Amino acid sequence: MTSDRFEEGLEGLDQGAPRSGARAAPGGGWDAHSDHPSVTALRGKFGEAALRHEIVAGDEHIVYVDPEHVFDILSWLKDDPEQSYDFLQDLTAIDYGDGQRIQVVYQLYSIPHNRQLRIKADLPIADLELDSVYHLWRASDWLEREVYDMFGVVFRGHPDMRRILMPYNYAEGHPLRKDFPLRGRFTRAEQTRRALSMKTEDHYSPQELEWAKRLGQPLPNVMEEGGPGVPNPAMPGVGGA
Amino acid sequence: MRKVVYEVSRSPELGAGGGLVHAPIQPVEGEALPEVDGEIGGGTMLINIGPQHPATHGVLRLVIELDGETVIRCTPHIGYLHSSFEKLGEYRTWNQVIPLTDRMDYLAPLIYNCAYAMAVEKLMGIEVTERCKVVRVILMEMDRIFSHLLWLGTTAIDLGAFTVFLYTFQERERIYTLHENYTGARITTSATRIGGMMADLPAGWIEELEEFMDTFPRTLDEVDTLLTNNSIWVGRTQDVGTISAEDAVNFGLSGANLRASGVSYDIRKDRPYYDYETYDFDVPVGEHGDIYDRYLCRMEEMRQSLRILRQAIDRLPDGPINVDDPRVILPSKTAAMNDMESMIHHFKVVMEGVKAPVGESWFSVESSKGELGMYVVSDGGSKPVRWHVRGPSFINIAALPHMIEGALLSDVIAVNASLDIVLGEIDR
Repeated sequence: MTSDRFEEGLEGLDQGAPRSGARAAPGGGWDAHSDHPSVTALRGKFGEAALRHEIVAGDEHIVYVDPEHVFDILSWLKDDPEQSYDFLQDLTAIDYGDGQRIQVVYQLYSIPHNRQLRIKADLPIADLELDSVYHLWRASDWLEREVYDMFGVVFRGHPDMRRILMPYNYAEGHPLRKDFPLRGRFTRAEQTRRALSMKTEDHYSPQELEWAKRLGQPLPNVMEEGGPGVPNPAMPGVGGA
Repeated sequence: MRKVVYEVSRSPELGAGGGLVHAPIQPVEGEALPEVDGEIGGGTMLINIGPQHPATHGVLRLVIELDGETVIRCTPHIGYLHSSFEKLGEYRTWNQVIPLTDRMDYLAPLIYNCAYAMAVEKLMGIEVTERCKVVRVILMEMDRIFSHLLWLGTTAIDLGAFTVFLYTFQERERIYTLHENYTGARITTSATRIGGMMADLPAGWIEELEEFMDTFPRTLDEVDTLLTNNSIWVGRTQDVGTISAEDAVNFGLSGANLRASGVSYDIRKDRPYYDYETYDFDVPVGEHGDIYDRYLCRMEEMRQSLRILRQAIDRLPDGPINVDDPRVILPSKTAAMNDMESMIHHFKVVMEGVKAPVGESWFSVESSKGELGMYVVSDGGSKPVRWHVRGPSFINIAALPHMIEGALLSDVIAVNASLDIVLGEIDR
């Protein structure tokens, strides 16, 4: 029933899949014949700040850059008319579990040129700070907050750097780090206790606490309808049409 | 900004049968009532909507500062549904991640299943079979309709049009049945596997789908009649929640939300996968970037999806649905039970899982809600080092405060509904 190819593949099953993954371009990580125009231009413009170039999964270009120059490089990539990467597709981070670094990944897309490029910066685990690209792409607003929440990377210049998915008073660390256990650092009992003892203020960001203080208004209670003295917001007229 | 004022006839006439006939409400150009100056009220108030609120489509929570009924600023709070899918994925083999993907977007689960499988296949350098490609196109387009129908129904109900909700949910129920007949589950489909599908389409499934496709356009036309020229709908949606093309790109909006602003970015056209370039279909693009244009875009997308579905069914080739690659595909049950090598093979693939080569891949598809990117990083093992999802809803909803600043509180509900979000994916 099985074909020859299937039989052949069986032989090599132990070795896993063939290495079709990363291939570093020849010439010290820089391929002179790179078919990606931005890669060559980036190397020409920023020289040593662009560390190396890699092609993965066949056609995906990655440029590793110096974290100190991330903002300059990204803002050039966005604003230079030859590049115009106007669409930030993704911003995330990777912890490879080596205890040395967190890698921040920017996935860019240029709508006018129909081109993709990935920029990566390795941050030493002792110094997880990077310039924010909030003012280049507003799309990075929540993505940077997510990376902060999950990995603890602080983005300098982000106007509202706080946790996004985990509660504001979460004290167990940054969940997507490899040294973070799947069930969290605290015991189940402690986690439940903390969840039940959350106060109203714990549901609000510092900014909102400030607004409420300025307005001299009690904070609406999140876990009750409406909250003290505040009417429930307009329900859509179900059955109204 | 154009202000819309309504002229409502207060003396309804009697119709032929003696029933009341209300004069249609006509939006007219003009100035709204002059602003009442600071004597009344004065100062603003902070209100909290959600996380348990029927109009937030899940557990989204908005804290809004209001001046009267006008929104001064808004902060969304998310995370109430956080299930740490990405962390869980790191503890599962490549195939075991698939059930997590459909729990992210339970409104279009098959698109997420397919997108994840496609990213891993790209990482592994696997080209799926022709039949598998077409089947996946059929499933993805079916789920695009599925998701848009939910959007249409819930947005209409948020704006007070209850009938539309009943119409669209009846049609959705038929797609649920199709899901169930193929995968055995209505929502948590988990239909794909690395290198193929969990099974081939069952006999008669395509005929069921065709039956749906034959009658569905009529419902769509009826909904069209109910809404498109309905003056309440027009009044609540036109010029509400507007975002310019430039802002939409900067905020990273995608899908119908971006196209309604006039940017024709559709991954099926710009970076075609699965031979989308050979299908004949159009991508609707709006010009105003308001709720009404988003509505029109999605209505048209459903019709275009039907076109793609018809072409896909016509070209659906015979042949195997799974690739002929022992790294990812199990041997047949008969072989596994009868000869030792196949049994060992079966054991290894099941117990150790599929192994992906060292490397990474960022791959995106056009989901019903926008650009769905799947980022998979492998260290050569059978589990991902990192699995990240560029969720379209996550990025679309981040633009909500920008769209509703200066709008009325009732518009917040409308704009939020128009973005077509799913909290399972926003909260991960």
